[in-house]
Amino acid sequence: MRAERSPLLTAGAAIVAGFGALLLGLLIAGYDPLLAVGALWRGAFGSRDALISATLVRAVPLIVLGLAVAVAFRAGALNIGGEGQFYAGAIAATWMGMHLGGWPAPFAITAVWLVATVAGAGWIAFAVLLKLRFGVLEVISTLLLNFVAEAAVSYAVTGPLQEAQRVYPQSEPIAEVARLPLLPGSRLHSGILLALVLAALLWLILTRTVWGFRLRAVGLGPRAAWVSGRISPQRVTGFALLWSGALAGLAGGLEVSGVSYSLYQNLSPGYGFTAIAVALLARLHPLAIVATGVLFGGLEAGAQGMQREAGVPAVTVAAAEAVIIITVLLADVLARRQVRSRVDTLERESA
Amino acid sequence: MSEAPVLELHGITKSFGSVQALRGADLVLTAGEVHALLGENGAGKSTLLHVADGMLVPEGGQIRVHGREVVLRSPRDARAHGIGMVHQHFTSIGTLTVAENIALAVGRRGCRPDSGLLERMDLHAPVESLSVGLRQRLEIVKALFTGAKILLLDEPSAALAPGEVAELLALVRRFASEGGAVALVTHKLPEVLSAADRVTVLRNGKVTLSAPVEGQSRDSLALAMLGTPASRNVETSEASAPPPSELPTLRPSEVCRLGHIVIHAGEMVGVAAVEGNGERELLRSLAGVTGGGPVPALEEGSVAFVPEDRSTEGLIPAMSVAENLVLGLERDPRWARGPRLDWSAVRRHASRLIEGYGILASGPEAAAATLSGGNQQKVVLARALEGRPRVLVAENPTRGLDLRATAYVHEQLRGAARAGVSVIVYSSDLDEVLELGDRILVVHQGQVSEAPRGADRQVVGDLMLGIQRAR
Repeated sequence: MRAERSPLLTAGAAIVAGFGALLLGLLIAGYDPLLAVGALWRGAFGSRDALISATLVRAVPLIVLGLAVAVAFRAGALNIGGEGQFYAGAIAATWMGMHLGGWPAPFAITAVWLVATVAGAGWIAFAVLLKLRFGVLEVISTLLLNFVAEAAVSYAVTGPLQEAQRVYPQSEPIAEVARLPLLPGSRLHSGILLALVLAALLWLILTRTVWGFRLRAVGLGPRAAWVSGRISPQRVTGFALLWSGALAGLAGGLEVSGVSYSLYQNLSPGYGFTAIAVALLARLHPLAIVATGVLFGGLEAGAQGMQREAGVPAVTVAAAEAVIIITVLLADVLARRQVRSRVDTLERESA
Repeated sequence: MSEAPVLELHGITKSFGSVQALRGADLVLTAGEVHALLGENGAGKSTLLHVADGMLVPEGGQIRVHGREVVLRSPRDARAHGIGMVHQHFTSIGTLTVAENIALAVGRRGCRPDSGLLERMDLHAPVESLSVGLRQRLEIVKALFTGAKILLLDEPSAALAPGEVAELLALVRRFASEGGAVALVTHKLPEVLSAADRVTVLRNGKVTLSAPVEGQSRDSLALAMLGTPASRNVETSEASAPPPSELPTLRPSEVCRLGHIVIHAGEMVGVAAVEGNGERELLRSLAGVTGGGPVPALEEGSVAFVPEDRSTEGLIPAMSVAENLVLGLERDPRWARGPRLDWSAVRRHASRLIEGYGILASGPEAAAATLSGGNQQKVVLARALEGRPRVLVAENPTRGLDLRATAYVHEQLRGAARAGVSVIVYSSDLDEVLELGDRILVVHQGQVSEAPRGADRQVVGDLMLGIQRAR
């Protein structure tokens, strides 16, 4: 029971620990911690503009990628390749978006999202194939495919997709019709609505459907799912990974159609990796991922503010993020141990 | 015996929880002898060996090495006294070479035994490329390189082909003839009769026989192992001939040849076997959960399976009782509405089962991990029976349960049979098999045979050990 009431508490404790570590680090490095954290706050949530145009814009890919991570992790498959699938989606979306002149906007946008989704699923399909055929651990294959995807982006923006002047390593912008409408007076695009819908949808699927039940069963007890439930773990994890890749690819498509309008290197400042933190802090709960996605979007945005105003390198925030994750994982292990020892006690008593 | 004993265990007691594994067992080894340890599953053979190896610390009793009393707290202590153990499962690392594995086992100190132990063994071959027989030999070689003069072997021949067994026994005999002492745990009577000098038989943690092998026969050994024939109430219902339902004609699997044994609806079939004879494979192929993919031996959904390992195969501890109760039944129209799962229907179902089966849980939402073993087993049974199976396969369904929970499980199994389900139950406890089964199937070396109706402990025991008796 104790393990059940703790998620919010754990998340809170983790965030406090993360900020504690950040403050301590700033102090040791000789910065004024209050000034720095103030700048962080202003850059993230301090004004309407900071919240909407900086934080929420970054939250969109983090939420969708976080959902991608959650689908896989819930099935017990560790997709560490969100970054690569994001790029695969972005490449496909850019290519599609450049060739859509004259389409009606709803079709154009749908087409861009669709190819991004398929590209993400296609990218992870390599890893799925390797896993099912040869037993290659998906942790390793998805991670390594990230580097391949990054190389593919470099190739695309200096080769086939490079802009017409062939000066800058970036693509032509996508057609106007393929761009998402913005909230007036801001940089926030309508993709955030899709992110919210996806979160709700995933929550419903995981908790209210046969498919979601099977996925959770495989994630929590693959042997029992097979022996007692006749559910094939290979099948379920395979599909979960494909859906995970599809979501990550869609995140790439959203970024291109809503924010960047073109493809270039480092389009993602490591969203695919930060999303793992987003999902873990949310305990892989789709609705909680919306909240943690906004939190981490705020950290990313605030880091920029901190660098501008207080001269603190933006990467310092990455350290805080890391502490948050380690705290969450630690709490998880401890909670599991608690349940275990409770069961042992019960068994001794009943023996 | 003229020789002084090199290793003596006297009055050893050891219990695990409520199970008394050893109740004052003795074992005396002298130099130059091969000493066989016989007994049923759970008789305490391995436990006794582990005490001699320092792996288990006994609660009572004395251990003497060369007449001096010693305390063995770990295998390292045992090694210091020249005791080496070879475990049932191989402990070599497959990707390392033979030489590397020996070096790893020996550590800094070691000795070089002679007598051509390494003949036919390529020192630089990776262990995974060796045959099973050679890998077994390597296990012994490793023990000898640590300077062992007393060798404890836990079922070394379990995985070997007949030819390899002969080689192994020859190796063991040679070691003994050079002054070593060997304790050998085995199930196989022929090995005892052909290779051992003395034999000690354990039953229920006590020694029932300790004598030179000379003068012993298969019969006398089997009697010592199985004890006096247990009396049992045979509730035969001969009057009502079982309906000739064309239900499970057991299909041959790779491991078991099943012949033409047909089980009818409502029959309670006990499966007896000395562990490792293919009983596990038989049960699992019947249940359709062999190895990698589904092998539907019977009509889909008609077989329910109660696996031996509750916490990894029977249940998902992190999921709730309600979720566990519908695992595998999630498509049932009682709660599946197309792809949607109606959780309030599931919870109602779970509450009903919690009440009906007397499951002690704080509610349908309680995590299965918070239940005691007996209550977890009730969940597994409730699910199996609620799936309305035609066949119920149960593998050691009372393992680790107390008396009350055991009685409950038995009652449920009998109830299922009365309701027309064919119940196939295996237990490593022969008495339980005899108590439950209307018919008894025996698995011996992958062959399934049926014991005659009303067969007693001795008859079934003989079949389990593969003893042919003229009757």
